[in-house]
Amino acid sequence: MTSKNLSPKRQRGVTSPPSWEPSIVVFACNWCSYAGADTAGVSRIQHQPHFRMIRVMCSGRIQPGFVLRAFEKGADGVLVSGCHFGDCHYIFGNERAVEQFEKTKNVVKLLGLEEGRLRLEWISAAEGARFAEVINEFTDQVRKLGPSKLSARKLSAISYQLSAISQRVRRS
Amino acid sequence: MPELAKAAKQTRAWACYDCGKCTATCPIARAGGAYSPRRHVLATNLGQPSVIGDNGTLFNCLTCSLCDRRCPAQVNYTELVRKLRELSYREGVEPECPHGGALQSVMRMMATGGTEQRRMDWLGADLKTEPKKGEVFYWTGCTMYYDAFFPDLKVTTLEGTRAAVRLMNTAGVTPVVSAEERCCGHDLLWNGDRKNFELLAKHNVKLVADSGAKMLVTSCAECLRTWKIDYEPFFEGTPPQIIHITEFLAQQWTEFSFKTTNSRRRVTFQDPCRLGRHLGIYDSPRQVLAALPGVEHVEMRRSGPAAMCCAGGTWSNCDRFAKQIQVERLREARATGAEVLVTACPKCQIHFRCAMKDPKLGGEIEIEMRDVAELVAGALK
Ligand code: FES
Repeated sequence: MTSKNLSPKRQRGVTSPPSWEPSIVVFACNWCSYAGADTAGVSRIQHQPHFRMIRVMCSGRIQPGFVLRAFEKGADGVLVSGCHFGDCHYIFGNERAVEQFEKTKNVVKLLGLEEGRLRLEWISAAEGARFAEVINEFTDQVRKLGPSKLSARKLSAISYQLSAISQRVRRS
Repeated sequence: MPELAKAAKQTRAWACYDCGKCTATCPIARAGGAYSPRRHVLATNLGQPSVIGDNGTLFNCLTCSLCDRRCPAQVNYTELVRKLRELSYREGVEPECPHGGALQSVMRMMATGGTEQRRMDWLGADLKTEPKKGEVFYWTGCTMYYDAFFPDLKVTTLEGTRAAVRLMNTAGVTPVVSAEERCCGHDLLWNGDRKNFELLAKHNVKLVADSGAKMLVTSCAECLRTWKIDYEPFFEGTPPQIIHITEFLAQQWTEFSFKTTNSRRRVTFQDPCRLGRHLGIYDSPRQVLAALPGVEHVEMRRSGPAAMCCAGGTWSNCDRFAKQIQVERLREARATGAEVLVTACPKCQIHFRCAMKDPKLGGEIEIEMRDVAELVAGALK
């Protein structure tokens, strides 16, 4: 899906120029959050489509390198998700995930990226509605922040700025 | 391949007469790894492109430069391996970073730039620094990133950074410490990523040039090597004088007054490869340790030019052989009866602290680790 298949209704609420939509990477564990996304799908719950999902067996696998690589390659936001505490298929994998996430957050902060570009969420296989809610909320949050300044996709950032300027010109 | 012939020429690989001393000296080979510097030299001389792929073994080299010192034909293997890695990188071969490439990503993001790093939080109110202009530039290196990234190893590389600034203040120097400093690019260069290294080099050289500093002091042996040797082509006009913090301390020694003490703590010194074999700086850390009251410095079995590497160069290799080298080295340090293992490079500290976490050996190889500057600052009046 691209921004083109967005219904006009959803686009109206968008604050940034429509020419730019965030690129978000979602890491999801096989047993809960990925299945949660599935639940959202089969229940036909609508949500924003500006993310790519990467499935891992357990959120404990998501080391800082994964998230940082996503930012390096131009992601505007990264969402890490896994099972609720006590539900991890591997018992304590998500506790590991929290440790890794803390490290990642510290490094992201040092780099000067906004903290709002990174989020950790627990989503169970049954929580399809919650998945959609988290995605919508996070997408809006990242959209508000605009393109990542560290983005390797400098071009998209430039076109964003250009359209922002032209909008301002049009308004004045 | 013409590139191989060129590399052979530039690094004197052509002079190799197959004696095999390099492989015999190589710490990785000695620990049992299937690694042979000689094979790479030979393949380069024969122009075999397979050396570039070589299952990524090029990235196992510690770049400790021990073989360079022993080579009777003065082949610069360390330089050769770097050139080969550059060719390798161009072909898409990347090192298997034990940290999932996180640190490489951080370095590349710094190379891209565009954000304002929040790297100055460590700077306490008691430390005097200048944000932009001044006579002396203190190059912090990435210690704040290391402390944030390795909380489980309990590394305290920032303590060395703080101590260095405190010492400079005591010597009457208010150094420039810039929030716009970026990674020196050392590891990217040694991983073969020249493009991003050059971006970093240009930014950093300009930053220091704009500060008007005549002297650049750093606590990191790797930054020092990069500034002194690898940044050479990027300087315009006269470059600043580039020195290590231990050299600065040795020069300014009379400025410091120390607490009087009757007790003596035995310490031993780990020569960082970049400081020692790469730059030939062996004396200044020893001068500092010898003059420091309350400290007795003893050498390890292998020290100075023969010192063993911390086995973690350039974030490109960490395997059981590296671990074995680290454990052996820590045993050597313990055998001296020293209480503290002193280093002059944050990376040595990180890698040894990691080795000490060995659940079976912990107690046997555990030893306190400190940066030289920390030790000196701790003894100040
Ligand atoms: S399996 Fe879902 S978090 Fe471990």
